[in-house]
Amino acid sequence: MSQYRDILYNGLWKQNPGVVQLLGLCPLLGISNSVVNAVGLGLATTLVMTFSNGAISAIRNLVSHEIRIPVFILVIAALVTVIDMAMNAFVHPLYLVLGIFVPLIVTNCIVLARTDAFAAKNPLLPSMLDGFAMGIGLTLVITALGALREVVGKGTLFSGLDLAFGPAAQAFVIHVTPTDYKGFLLAILPPGAFFGLGLLIALRNWWDLRAQRAAAHPVTITAPHSA
Amino acid sequence: MQTSPYIAEQTSVSIIMLKVLAALVPAIAAYVWLFGPAILVTLTLASITALALEAAAVRLRGWPIKPFLLDGSALVTAWLLALSLPPIAPWWLIVLGTFFAIIVAKHLYGGLGNNLFNPAMVGYAVLIISFPVQMTQWSAPLSLAGAHLDLWQAAQYIFTHTLPDGISLDAISSATPLDTLRTQLQLEHTVREITQLPIFGSIGGSGSEIVVLLFLLGGIYLWLARIITWHIPVAFMAGLWLTGGLFHITDPDRYISPWFHLATGGVMLGAFFIATDPVTGATTPRGKLIFGAGIGVLTYLIRTVGGYPDGVAFAVLLMNIAVPLIDAYTQPKVYGHKKKDAET
Repeated sequence: MSQYRDILYNGLWKQNPGVVQLLGLCPLLGISNSVVNAVGLGLATTLVMTFSNGAISAIRNLVSHEIRIPVFILVIAALVTVIDMAMNAFVHPLYLVLGIFVPLIVTNCIVLARTDAFAAKNPLLPSMLDGFAMGIGLTLVITALGALREVVGKGTLFSGLDLAFGPAAQAFVIHVTPTDYKGFLLAILPPGAFFGLGLLIALRNWWDLRAQRAAAHPVTITAPHSA
Repeated sequence: MQTSPYIAEQTSVSIIMLKVLAALVPAIAAYVWLFGPAILVTLTLASITALALEAAAVRLRGWPIKPFLLDGSALVTAWLLALSLPPIAPWWLIVLGTFFAIIVAKHLYGGLGNNLFNPAMVGYAVLIISFPVQMTQWSAPLSLAGAHLDLWQAAQYIFTHTLPDGISLDAISSATPLDTLRTQLQLEHTVREITQLPIFGSIGGSGSEIVVLLFLLGGIYLWLARIITWHIPVAFMAGLWLTGGLFHITDPDRYISPWFHLATGGVMLGAFFIATDPVTGATTPRGKLIFGAGIGVLTYLIRTVGGYPDGVAFAVLLMNIAVPLIDAYTQPKVYGHKKKDAET
């Protein structure tokens, strides 16, 4: 059981793809301008990662080492095509908003990185869990970034929920700021994504550093300590 | 030629910054005289915010507060930013711009001496991208304005967004000459017709050309005081003037005289006070020429074919990115070394 716990811990926190490995930055920066977009793309990526890790783990002993990358990409591309068509059919408005970023999951380096680094060397179940954990880890970061950018940039949360759940969901949009808040456009624009991601990475590093210091000096924190 | 004894004058950061501030004072005085006292409110607010944020950042980093506040660099950033903003901009615009300048552009990059980008220009760029409406409401020159605000009324407008009874925003604000030129050109008017409008002066903008002239004189003082060298300002102005001149010759009806470009917007302030920032500018003499000329050309292109009325801030930031490359390629040879092996 501890193996599975480690996999989850790695994906969600220790090796988090968004703020530690810094893989998959293109969708992370490109689509994190609102919570709904972020969750939509994050979950699509999670699905792709879970099943591509599973599929590749299942065929890992049949693929020769030299041609593994093209084979992996083919498997991932097939899965992405499935997700792409499914989103087109069931959440069409959201699909239109996410646009090119859904097919681009194929080129998202975190997907290939996990298949090559983990699924190609591990049995089926741990591999699928790893893909799932990494995907959720990415989803959490992209959602946090999306929330940050949406609140600062537009003063709302969950705007565009109707894209996924129909017009009735418009009532769930939360207006965080007073209605005369015009929005801070920079947060919605690409530079805002970089500023926001930088802050999230800093926050995580600060958290880790604090935990390390607390572990090194359980009672009091004295002289500056090289971590 | 100097003669012995070669005793170097002790020049500290705070002395330099003090002289830079002093060089700005005449232009600010002219600003107050020609555009009203609102700029004093903006300058004060930016200064207080900058000092408070600087103190907070220095404290968070566990450094002694007093020497960093007294070095004056935060004040210079605040003044340069305030002078780039419309004097009647709302208070939160100034505070936000100062925050991005001091905290994001300066301290998140490691503090004075480590910042890649000019802090004041980062603050300005953030604001012009995010709040184009507030950033293009400039004070009208008093000679053209329908009403004048005194210091108290200006402060009231900046902090509460309320004007005294009987004074409308239109009476105290106007588009800048650069803005006017841009919109009138889009209406297919020729340069000759446009420059007949009252906002235009003899070379640049009515009133603002005097402020610009005093920025130039302040800059010359900085050069005489050996705080800046001539390379960046001269290359900046030459780059702008030559590019502008080239366009002007091809079609004088569409492209205004290059002298107008020199006399408007942030060019003089930028050339002498902003681009010459020793931290974010190029350091070698040849590098400074490339750096300055690049800013001049980019400023002209952004003004003429870009989407923003003035391009100085973006030009400076873009050339800031190129500084490490420029410095690497223009490294002078160490005496006695040959060609490329100068580094070892």
